[in-house]
Amino acid sequence: MIEKIVVLEVVLPLLAAPVCVLVRHPRLCRLLSLGVVAVCLAIAVAVLLEVRGGGVISYQLGGWPPPLGIEYRVSTVNAYLLALVTAMALVVFSFDSRGGPPRVPEPRRHLYYAVFLLCISGLLGIAITGDAFNIFVFLEISSLSSYILVSLGGHRRAVLSAFYYLVMGTIGGVFFMLGVGLLYQVTGTLNLRDIAARLEPSLDDRGTVLALALLVVGVSIKLAVFPLHHWLPNAYSFAPPKVSAFLAATATKVSFYLLAMILFTIFGAPFVFEELRLQAVLLPLSILAMFLASGAAIFQTDLRRLLAYSSVAQIGYMTLGLSTANVTGLAGGLVHLFNHAVMKGGLFLVVACLLYRVGSVHIDALAGIGRRMPLTAAALVIGGLSLIGVPGTVGFVSKWYLVSGVLERGWTAAAVLILLSSLLALVYVGKVVEAVYFRKPAETQPIDHVREAPLGMLAPAWVLAVAAVFFGLTTNWTYGVAREAAELLLAGGI
Amino acid sequence: MSSVQSFSGLWAYWLIIALMMVGLYIVIARDNLIKKVMGLNIFQAAAILFYVTMAKVTGGTAPIVPHDPAHPGGHGEHEILYSNPLPHVLMLTAIVVGVATTALALALAVRIHGDYGTAEEDEAVIYDMEHA
Repeated sequence: MIEKIVVLEVVLPLLAAPVCVLVRHPRLCRLLSLGVVAVCLAIAVAVLLEVRGGGVISYQLGGWPPPLGIEYRVSTVNAYLLALVTAMALVVFSFDSRGGPPRVPEPRRHLYYAVFLLCISGLLGIAITGDAFNIFVFLEISSLSSYILVSLGGHRRAVLSAFYYLVMGTIGGVFFMLGVGLLYQVTGTLNLRDIAARLEPSLDDRGTVLALALLVVGVSIKLAVFPLHHWLPNAYSFAPPKVSAFLAATATKVSFYLLAMILFTIFGAPFVFEELRLQAVLLPLSILAMFLASGAAIFQTDLRRLLAYSSVAQIGYMTLGLSTANVTGLAGGLVHLFNHAVMKGGLFLVVACLLYRVGSVHIDALAGIGRRMPLTAAALVIGGLSLIGVPGTVGFVSKWYLVSGVLERGWTAAAVLILLSSLLALVYVGKVVEAVYFRKPAETQPIDHVREAPLGMLAPAWVLAVAAVFFGLTTNWTYGVAREAAELLLAGGI
Repeated sequence: MSSVQSFSGLWAYWLIIALMMVGLYIVIARDNLIKKVMGLNIFQAAAILFYVTMAKVTGGTAPIVPHDPAHPGGHGEHEILYSNPLPHVLMLTAIVVGVATTALALALAVRIHGDYGTAEEDEAVIYDMEHA
């Protein structure tokens, strides 16, 4: 039974999108997408429970057995990602944004839900499929719909940001496609496990090395790894706040999985990290991301831009976990996927609450808002503390395992740098908290009329804030699954 | 293998790389958004040609099984060498993706032109600085 229903993860949102277009009723479409995402979450959790402990679910599309047919293959790694994406989608969808994105007039709002569902279907498809070219197709489905979602932001620069995102994303997608083509030339197959079994990577084989280079660069663009991150701050700060919350919590996470899968499953840790020594590039870039992006975040005056730069820094922590190539470090990177999704998703939802009530998230405009919107501000503080990595929050859990993994590898300097970069997070979070609680509101911007955000907005933001504390205290589920996934990846499986 | 030999054997790949770099250069160097989209198209076309090139089998014919009444469903007496059909099929999907990307990029360019009154990137950036 469970082998059959895993395909619904992709099929349901994919079918619900055209249904939304036909129904043309915004409220019905919202309910439909909520329902679909809830069902997908239930399936993802059931699948995760099923495959934990080394199980694998394989579904053959159209009954064609792999490697000829397309196979959906779910192990702990994929199931973890499916649960993460659907859970975040459910929380973000339940956020009642009171009127939707500014650029979408009421009669067209059903199309907005259709695009959102397509994006989810693409992201879930990347996570679930075991076929290399199928990944490319899903990658482009999710990317194309995220370009649209970003362009719906209220400011005119949203469209320009979406255009840049499109150009960068397409270049990344074409690189990925070329990499898959080279792998197909070398191995003659597109099934991921079959590629991994037939590929004998060696430094003398230029085709293989080139394939690795193209795949890594292509995915790094989509993941916004440090020097390729230029599209991200603009896209996240001009997109509608709900979209920023969703993309920050899911899109980069799926790209991270893709990168880990390429490095560990297809090419294998011995080739990538011992023969090729990719960590010599990945480690410095991760550390640069942690420092330069956090440094840039400190100088931002707009809360959304600040959070977007902080995302680039947090991606640096994830790729740092990747470059350790040991179980603890990789598990730290993987658990940070979930932890960062919870805190950054929550923070962007807080931004949406503030935008709705205050009308601006310029830090000066937020002066003294803590007294007017105490619950929203408290959620902001919890998310901020988690970004710093204060014990008792999810941020601490990630950094603990990352530092342990880095020390296991013997990189003492990198461990010190992780801790130092947390100080930068302290500065930019402190700057926001200082404005929100301790600064007097400017006389030109009276905030007496500002009230607490409505429940429909506050509740989802608080769900994530509570999750940030809950999973900071209980790590059995998150770290347990992440460790199992890391062991599986390092053993070359998916 | 000497460089001359490697060129004569792999000339199609050299052409594809050249085409690809032309596309990438246009994307980077041109400020006009429509030209950027054209550059992106050339870049994608190069990747599609790459797949089509690798599908060619020397001496291979079109992958259509000839109808042979003597051997229904069979390949006939002698083995026929076919070109690889799979990359072509993959490229049908990639072309659709490319068309969707182009359509979306052009739609965004129209919106940008509506908001900024220009489809030139540098002018749009200046406009944003003046109307912050």
